[in-house]
Formats: sequence, C-alpha cells, structure tokens
Amino acid sequence: MISAPDVVAFTREEELEDDLYREPPLPEEYSVPLFPFAGQGANPWAKVAGSKFTRDFILISEFSEQVGPQPLLTIPDDAKVSGTFDLNYFSLRIMSVDYQASFVGHPPGSAYPKLNFVEDSKVVLGDSKEGAFAYVHHLTLYDLEARGFVRPFCMAYISADEHKIMQQFQELSAEFSKASECLKTGNRKAFANELEKKLKDLDYTRTVLHNETEQQKKANDKGYYTTQAIEKANELASVEKSIIEHQDLLRQIRSYPYRKLKESEFHPYEPECALDRADVGNDQDLTASDPAEPGETHLYTHMPSYTPKLIKAKSAKCFDKKLKTLKELCDVYFFTQTLDQLHHIERTFRGDVCYLLTEQISRALLKQQSVTNFLFEDVSFLDEKPPEKQYRDCQGLSQDAIDEKCSEESLAPKVVISLGSYKSSVECVPIKMEQEMEDSEEPKMSESVMSEHQENLDYLDADIKGSISSGESIEVLGTEKSGSGLTKSESQASLPVIPSPQAGRSKVGSRRTVSEDSIEVLSTCPSESLIPEDFKASYPSAINEEPYVDDDEGGLRFTPRLNPGVDDGQDDISKQESLVQVDAACCIGKESPSFLEPLPELGQKLREEDGVVRIPPQPYRPAEQGLRGGFPSHDGLSGGLLPYELDSRYLTGSREVSKSSLDECSDSMSYISSAASTCSDRTPSPAHLACAAGERHRKRAGQNALRFIRQYPFAHPAIYSLLSGRTLVVLGEDEAMVKKLVTALSIFVPNCGVYAKPVKHWVTSPLHLVDFQKWKLIGLQRTVSPAGVNVLHALSRYSRYLSILDADSKTLRCPLYKGTVVARLADHRTQIKRGSTYYMHVQSILTQLCSKAFLFTFCHHLHLPISEREPEESVVNRRINFLKLQLGLANEDIKIVQYLAELLKLHYIQEPGQGGNPLLRFDYVPSFLYKI
Amino acid sequence: KSSVQTIGEEQIQNPYTELLVLKGHQDIVRFLVQIDGCRHFPILPLIFHDFVFQTGEKLHELHGHTHKITAIAPFSSSDGTEEETDLIITASADRTVIVWDCTSGRQVQKVSCFHSTVKCLTVLQRLNVWLSGGSDLCVWNRKLDLLCKTSHLTDAGISALVELPKNCVAAAVGKELIIFRLSASNTGSEGWNVLEVKRLVDHQDNISSLVSVNDLTFVTGSHVGELIVWDALDWTKQASECNFWDSSVHPDVQPEIKLSQSPNETSVQHLTSDEECVFAAVGKGIYVYNLQMKRVIACQRTAHDSSVLHIEKLPNRQLISCSEDGSVRIWELREKQQLPAEPVPTGFFNMWGFGRANKQANQAAKKMLENTPMYFLELVGDLIGHSSAVQMFLYFGELGLATCSADHLIILWKDGERESSLRSLALFKKLARNGDLQLKL
Repeated sequence: MISAPDVVAFTREEELEDDLYREPPLPEEYSVPLFPFAGQGANPWAKVAGSKFTRDFILISEFSEQVGPQPLLTIPDDAKVSGTFDLNYFSLRIMSVDYQASFVGHPPGSAYPKLNFVEDSKVVLGDSKEGAFAYVHHLTLYDLEARGFVRPFCMAYISADEHKIMQQFQELSAEFSKASECLKTGNRKAFANELEKKLKDLDYTRTVLHNETEQQKKANDKGYYTTQAIEKANELASVEKSIIEHQDLLRQIRSYPYRKLKESEFHPYEPECALDRADVGNDQDLTASDPAEPGETHLYTHMPSYTPKLIKAKSAKCFDKKLKTLKELCDVYFFTQTLDQLHHIERTFRGDVCYLLTEQISRALLKQQSVTNFLFEDVSFLDEKPPEKQYRDCQGLSQDAIDEKCSEESLAPKVVISLGSYKSSVECVPIKMEQEMEDSEEPKMSESVMSEHQENLDYLDADIKGSISSGESIEVLGTEKSGSGLTKSESQASLPVIPSPQAGRSKVGSRRTVSEDSIEVLSTCPSESLIPEDFKASYPSAINEEPYVDDDEGGLRFTPRLNPGVDDGQDDISKQESLVQVDAACCIGKESPSFLEPLPELGQKLREEDGVVRIPPQPYRPAEQGLRGGFPSHDGLSGGLLPYELDSRYLTGSREVSKSSLDECSDSMSYISSAASTCSDRTPSPAHLACAAGERHRKRAGQNALRFIRQYPFAHPAIYSLLSGRTLVVLGEDEAMVKKLVTALSIFVPNCGVYAKPVKHWVTSPLHLVDFQKWKLIGLQRTVSPAGVNVLHALSRYSRYLSILDADSKTLRCPLYKGTVVARLADHRTQIKRGSTYYMHVQSILTQLCSKAFLFTFCHHLHLPISEREPEESVVNRRINFLKLQLGLANEDIKIVQYLAELLKLHYIQEPGQGGNPLLRFDYVPSFLYKI
Repeated sequence: KSSVQTIGEEQIQNPYTELLVLKGHQDIVRFLVQIDGCRHFPILPLIFHDFVFQTGEKLHELHGHTHKITAIAPFSSSDGTEEETDLIITASADRTVIVWDCTSGRQVQKVSCFHSTVKCLTVLQRLNVWLSGGSDLCVWNRKLDLLCKTSHLTDAGISALVELPKNCVAAAVGKELIIFRLSASNTGSEGWNVLEVKRLVDHQDNISSLVSVNDLTFVTGSHVGELIVWDALDWTKQASECNFWDSSVHPDVQPEIKLSQSPNETSVQHLTSDEECVFAAVGKGIYVYNLQMKRVIACQRTAHDSSVLHIEKLPNRQLISCSEDGSVRIWELREKQQLPAEPVPTGFFNMWGFGRANKQANQAAKKMLENTPMYFLELVGDLIGHSSAVQMFLYFGELGLATCSADHLIILWKDGERESSLRSLALFKKLARNGDLQLKL
C-alpha cells in the first residue's frame, strides 16, 4: 500500500523542478498547472498553505470577565507552532461563538442560587482569513468569586485542514470531552473546597457578629435598639442567609451526577499519579483523596488547618481583584492530567488526515474480520465482544441485522418506537441490496470504503466552501451538543406530521450508492432512511419548533442525529459512514432556516438548492469532480451539479446557528441530542490508541524482513515453513543476530490464539516436543559445550517437526516450497524500501490469505457431505478442487491455507473459558538442505 | 553397529499427523488404561497419582498411594441391582489396594492388609470378583470383601495372572505356572474357595509374560526367551519355541547373537496375540509366531535401538511397538513375494538392515529361502516425540494412539485429517447453535 506521502517525496525534488524549467516550455495547453503553493514547500495535498502556523495545535482560552477573551496556553507550548498566527484574535473568534447561557442565580420560585451542570458545547468553525479551522470545545468552570460563579473556557483544536476537523469530529469530541471532564472534575473539587472555606469564614463571622450583638445588647439597657444594633442584626441576618446559600451550593456541587463519570472510559483518578504529583508546587488544598465521593457529607474534613477569616459585609467584586488561574480553578493534579490528555490529543491527531483516516479505516475493517483477525494482527486493542455478535458483524449489514441491533443495544423506548416505524416504512430499501446495486453499477465505488469516504469529503468540502464564499470570515459550520436526554421534546407532539414527498427517493439515495444521492441525504437530514417515519417528517421543523425558538439566546440549535443501528457500530463498516454523516450533519445547521416552511411542494426545490450548495467551488479538485460526474446521476439531480447562487437564507442562518442554550438543551432533552450524545460518549476513537512502540516494532521488523529476503535466497521455503505451522528454529552463536532474524521472521508467524505471537527469541537449552507445540519460531543458541551437543541432538531427533535455519553457516533445512504466494510475499527484487511499507505489503498479502482461509473454513459443503449418502472421497475432492480452482492455490500454498483454516477452526470452536491445549500438526515430508 | 531399520521423513502410510502433549505427571508414566469405550477417549495413566484425561483434558487427579503403583485394572460392574459405575483398582508398592470411582474421581475404598506388594490384578467380570496376586492370591468381591485366599506361595510372589475357562486362573510364580480353580463354597452364596490345581514347571527361567490367546490356549514367555503354548483346558504344553530366534531359524547367525546375548536381549518382554498368531517382543526384536504352523513366520530382530517394551496388534495387519529408545514404530505384516529367480528377496535387506556383511548375507539368503518366514514386517512409520523410554501405549482405533513415557509425558497421536474434519463438524455445529448459520443464507 503506497500512501500519498510516499509520492510526495518525488514532488519535492528540486532538481527536477529546475530541469523542468530548463526544458523548452511546453505549449500552454499541455503544461500541467503548478500547484499554487508549491513555492512554500508544501505538498499539493496539504491545505496548510494559507495558514500562518506550521502545524496543528491546541489552544485554551478564557472569556475573562475583566479583559474579555484571552488565550491562556497552547499545546504544544512552543511559540514556533503558532507562528504569526494571532492567538488573541482567534481567541476572540472562538469565544464569540460561545453561547454559554449557564444560568446561575436565583431562578424564579427558588430561594437559593442554583448551579446548573451545563453540558459542554462542541463547535466547528472556520476562519478563511487566517486559514485556520478549529474544533472548539466550550466548557464552564465554577469560581466562587466569578460573576455568576462561572468562568467560561474553551479548548480549541486548530488545524489548517478543515477535512481533518470535520472528519475527526467524533474523535476530537470524544477526546476533548475526556479532557473537559477531567478539568471539570477537578474544578468541582476545588469549588467545593472553596465553598467550605467560605462557609467557615461565614461561620466565624457569624460568631463574631453574634458576640458583638450580644455585647451590645448587654451594654444597652435602654430597651430599644440603636441603629448600630439594627445594622449589626441585619448584617448577622445577611451572613446567615449567605451561609444557607453557600451550604446549598455545596450540596449542589456534591450532588453532581458522578455516574456519568463512571460510565466513561476515562478515569483521571489514578492514586499513584496523584501521589506523584502531590508535591507539585501548589498553594491549594491538595488532598489526594478521591473527590468523586458524593456520599461525603462532613463539611470540614478537608481543611483541618484552615483558620477562618472575618468576612466584610460587602464582598468586593471589583476589577482589581485577581481572578484565579486555570490551575487554581482545577486542582493541580487534575490540571496536569488534563494537560497530559491534551498532549495526547495533540499527538494522536498530528500529521496528515490521510494517516488518521487510513488507520481508522483499517481498524474498522480489522474489527470486522473478527473471525480471522487474530491470525496476523495485533488485536489487543479490539474490544472484547461476545463471539456470536462478532460474527454477525462480519456478515454484512443486512436490514435485519440492524433491526436486531437496535432492539438489542438500545434500551431507550425511543428506539422501540423507531424500530416499529422503521419496519413499517415500506419504501426502505435494504442497505444490503443497495450495496449490491452499488456493486453492479459502480464497481469502482464499492472497491473500498476509502473511495466512498472520499466522496463524502467532497460534499463536506463543497458545503464549507459554499458558505465561505459568502465573504464571512467566520462561519460556524455546526455545533454538536452532547446532552443526555432521551425523550423527545413535548413540542414534537403538536407538530403536524408532514409526509416527505421525497421519501421514496431519498431512501434509495440515502446510503450514497451513487454520489449525487448523498447530496440529497446531506441536505435533508443525516441518514434519513434509518430515521423512523414520524421523526423523519417532523425533523426539519423540529429544529425550529423548539419552544425557545424566539428566545434571543436560544436561536437555532442543531445536533446531528445518528441512525440507531450504527450509533455504536464502531466495529462495522457503517461506522465510517456514520462518522461522515455526523460530520455532514454539522454543516447542516446553516441551512436549516430553509426548513422554516417545509411544505411538501417545496421539497423538490429545497432538495435541489441543497444539492447546489455542495458544489465545490475550489478549482484544484477537478479530478474528483470528474470522477463524480462520471457516475450515473440520479433522476432529478442533474441540477444539483450546476453552479448556483447562494440563497441569502443560508447566510442569515449561519449567524444564528450557534446560539443555542445549553440549559434548554439539557432540560428539554431533545431526542436529537440523545443519539449524538450516546454516540460521542460511547465512541472512544480507536485510531488513537495505537502505541508508538508497536509502530516502531513494525518498522524494524519490516526492515529486518526486507533485509532477510534480500540476503537469503532461501527465504521462500523458510517463510513457507512459518506460514504452514512448521516450527522454524534459527540456530546461531550470536544472540543479537539470531534475535534480529527472529524479529524479521516474526511478521510471518500466524497467531495461534489471541495471545502473543508464538515466537521465542532466544533459547539456550535443548528443545523439546512441548516447545514446538508452543512456539513456531525459536531462536536457539549454538554452543560447543557438551550442552550444545545435547541441543543439536534434540534438533536432529525432532527434525521432522522442524525447519532449521543456521544463521552461522547460512543454511536452511526445510521442506520444499513450490507455491506462488510466498513469492509475492517476499520478492527479493522488491522495490519497497521502507520497513513500514514492506510490513504493510506483508499484511495485505497475509490478509488475502486469511480471507481465503476464512472462505475455506466456513464453506459448509467443503467439509461436510451434502447428502448423507455422499461418500467422504467426493467431499475431499470438492475440497481440493475448491482450493485449487476457486482459490487458485498451487502446491504448497494449499497447506498454508489449510493450516490457517485449522487455526480458525480451533479459534472458533474454542470455548471462552478453556485455555485449550495447543495442537502440533505436522506432515511426513522430506526436508532439503538449502545453501547460499 | 546400527542395524536398526530406519524410515525416512516421508511416511505415506503413517496416519498420525497431529499430536497433543499432555503434561501433568511428575514422574514416569507406566500405565495407560482404557476405562470405557472409545466414545470418550479417556485414558488413565498412573504413577504416584492417578489421572484421567479426556481429549487431553484432565478429569481427575487421584491421590492416595504413597509408593509407586504396580498394577491397575478397570472394573466396570454391571450388577443389575446397582447403577453401573466404573471402578479402577490400583495396587501399589505401599502394600495397599485402592478402589476408585472413575466418574467422581473419589477413593471408594482402601485395603491395606497385604503382606507384600500386590503385583498383579485381574478382574473376573463373569464372576464379579477380582483377584490380587502378591505373595498369595486373594479373591475379592466388588465391595472389597475378602472372599478367600491361598496360603503363602513364594516370597517372589505372583508376577502375572490370566483368566482361564472353567473358573480357573493361571498364575506365574517365578519359573512355575500354577493353575488355580475357584469354586463356590458351600457355606454361603458369596463364598468362594480357591484351590491349587496344577503346577507346571516347564520354563527354565522366570516367566515374564503370560497372555491368553483364546478360550483354548494361552501362551507364556520367559526371561530366556522360551515361548510355550498351553492348552487352556487340560493345561498341557501344546508347543514350545525355545530360543527360536537363533537356533531353529537361523543357525548361521547364532554365534553372533550369542555374543551379544544378555538376559535383557532375549527376555520375552511382552506378548500379544490375535486368533492365529502370537506376537512377541523379545529383546530388541519382534517375532510373529503362528499357532497353526507352530513356527515363527516373521521377525524383525532389531526393531528398535533398545528393548521393546510393549507391542500391540492392530486390526489392519499392523503392529505397533514401543521401546526404551523413546520411539514408537508401526509395522505392517506383509506376505513375502516368492521370487525364485532372485536369490535375495527384496525385503531381505530391509528386514535385516543394511549394516550386515555382504558375504554372510548372501549365504544367509540361500538358507533363508528354505525355511524363510512367509511374511515379513515392514516399517511403515515411526512416531518420535518422547525423549525417554515409551513405557506403554494404548490404541484407540481410529481415534488414535496414546503413549506414555518415562519423560513424564503422555502424547496423544491422532489422524490429522480426521481431526480436521471433526473440527469442521464442531465448527458448523457451533455456528448452528449460535444461529450464525441463518445469517449466512
């Protein structure tokens, strides 16, 4: 697999460019237009060109009540990264889209100030002037001294590549939610401490005041109160009220629903870490105790050493007061945890988006191959799932499968409704069928997820560009709200159910079988085909019909709706699509005003308009557009490709779209937000768990393997031995050399189970039969001592189970290999230079082998007779024919597939609890001695 | 001098292409006993502890004996009144006999009233009793009541027991073969008397093996290589073969054999038989003695590098032997093609190995032609896995073979093809059980 960066290397050759210029110039019509930003040393695929910063970074800024929006810190903390990029300006931008309406104060009908545990808001915005695009995560922290007790903050992931932001929205959202959760947890703890201190102060003040009043009472025997006494009494009363208020606040902050934290995978509380960091310089209370203890009611346990102060009657809320820093707000431990998490985010999303996407796709695909992926892949990162479900996942997504999933995995009543209505909607074309359709019509399209994915990028792209061209420097592309509600809003019920005239058509198109169709989908609502009928109809109006639509702060709120079937389908192919759908949905917000009157007769027109918006205006993508144009267009969609003036409505919408009240969201608990929130909660981005160590190991193993196949002419039989399950012993005196060879060859060793590869790097004692059962690749020490004689004796005794690669004398003793698979796997004249590339090459061929083995294993009639009378021989014949003709395997390649099939069988029939004895399978075949 | 026939790595006829190593024992594994039918493939190898394995899975670990186990016998009783239970009786050098329940793995009863080590156990299924042979012969019922016993016979004790018709048993006591008869006593229904009927003193050395061929004959073998065929009804000697491997068959090779002769080399280690032949493991060699012809019809003088410890006849004319050298070999009894024109038959060198001197071989060939066996044993495969002496093996028909060894391991040898298809069957069963098969359609 050659990814784009490999090709980039060639484009950068400067001499080549010079030569190009020295040549007599080509006629104008034949010359290839140079990439406009080539002069800046950027690759033509990068969109970084216009930006003022060198790479992606994370910015934390605050809307300070004193000075307004200000940047606090960047990650990485390096001035070079942000370069000339104006952080202050950008902070202003990103904070200006904030709509934190977190109301703290006295709500009507309540005696005490009320804390609202507001959800974070997630916004994507672009700044075409700066060439910056950002995922912005707004959060609110509590500060007793702040106005309304709240301090709005935001964390932004800023990149020059809007694709990255859009496509990684889910992942970014999930990761930033973790960081935010960590910050907020620390903040709650600190806030509670602060409140406790304040309460002590108040208590102390009250005692003092009380004493003073008593003294005055005693001193005063006139029978009436002096003004001084009345003042004191008033003061005392206000202090007492304040105590009650603060106690109530403390109760509220402690009653925060911690279960939410427990559900999430991210636990920022590691006691050992806490202890490690306890000595980090701080001026705060630093108790390493678990703050997430809602049951803790004792007020003064935390601060035994605190000496209360007298509080002035009037607290000064002035500008000369210094606000707390973020570190002080969040408790040092949690602050460093958050920084770690942010650094982690920065690391994982670093680099070109194609790497991220490739990795995500390959992971998604790998998860799909639940039956075979254990053979050659490192499956440790894959979630454990019950095997039957795994299998179902790889059966392709039939309609039924989705239905079943809905009923299985969603407990919310909403889903039950949707299931029923979904079934009742007859027009629904099963996805499976569509895929077939797709196959027959457009083989190119169905070739890979990537291509489809790429298609979707275009729409997003078009979408964005369309709005950018309006001249606005900042457009909010979409917001996402991760509320936790499930019930649909009451306003829904009153809505007239408007039958969508496009129902039938959009059904077909909604799975993006043909590129133009997806325009439709994006324009109406994400994954319409999977949204139940009643929701579908009311969906567009639901956006506007929120009860607070006339509220200034409320405005328009959009949250993407995922279809229930795939919202947790991280492991299947539809995940990729759903990601895109979410991304797409983020862009929809600005168009939603067009649904203000979603009249049935207007449907067609709207659809066309929406399609138009997605016309990519950018000129440097002609190839893709051409490709898209090549697809058979759906009826009524030809207009969608024509250039079109933007409707002014889109622009008006784009300004208001971000204004959404979080409180209202969480209160009304719209059904729309539920899907999105469950999705974002449950979707830990799988791509970011890749450990760098594994990467490095792969690279090294690939490099060593390349060297091996170039150096040893008998690499093929050696690799064949490994693939067919015959233990290969690498014999040598030098430990380092043997280990290097073992590392190189280890990439060809199939796993026997989900555990580590059966590779033993270095053994010094004589081998035994049990070793061959356990290990398939062994590095063995050769010594001249008597013990060494024993080692060699054992080797010759068990020679029938072994292939022996002598690293010292460069010989190999193993069975003959005459197949073709290994030749493709290990071509010594390969042009591949890099270890990681070769590793990928090996993986792809091994995956092919795996799929063959899978077919072979799970074809019923290849192993069992069709009828009872059928003799065993005909089954055997059928099996051999299948291997030879259908799978196109020759000679020894059959043995490889048979061995892999045995491993698959063993893996599949193995009961979960059982360890299972490893089998040793062998053949009585003669061995040959290969020499260089 | 290596005259052992070897076979290359290509073994087409060897069906055992899959093995499973079972670990668990801490000492030499001496016995393997099949408990019930082949259905569940259980094996019971024993040393200090008892184990039951089922397809490689350890079922029970039986602890009880403090010394090594000397004899073991399965006792499946079908009383009619009681539910059928599989029992195992084990005798040990700690002078105890323990009865175990196979299904629960629990110790049923322990008897420790023996004066000497019980060296052999025999179950008389028909009479629902079992016998223990040590320095005396005791008769027990399944509830472990001592029914009767003989007087003290010798210090050496009974080394082997075999059941004969008419409620008789033959016991090998040193050089003597003693026939006992069990008769119902007059006192009670459960009472038995045991009477010594006859003493046979034809062997010149200790009887090392004793096997019953059919209802009419049984065979004994001694340490000096005598093989005597007895009539099981009147206990008369039907035929005997003394030193049959050298004097009678190959007089010319005799001196050579004599030179290297040692008690170990000539002792009849193990006997097995089918209806027409007796197969004897003598020293390093295997001999096939035909009962009708009363002569050795085929032999392999040096079948292994060291003593053959156990041989067994398979239904398909094959013979498996295991030896102290750690290998198991599979032989096939083939009819020798008579080639009058060719003085040296093709199988000749195979049979004798390649190391033999040519001049002698030619001579021997001519003599061989006159009284040559009509069959020969051809090596069709060998199983190498154990690193030490293979004590015993158990043949489970098409299921495979279990071998036990002094290297503390038990190895199950299986037919890879068959196992593969069995796994496929299991796979599709599991698919059907999980309901995954429906989705596929």
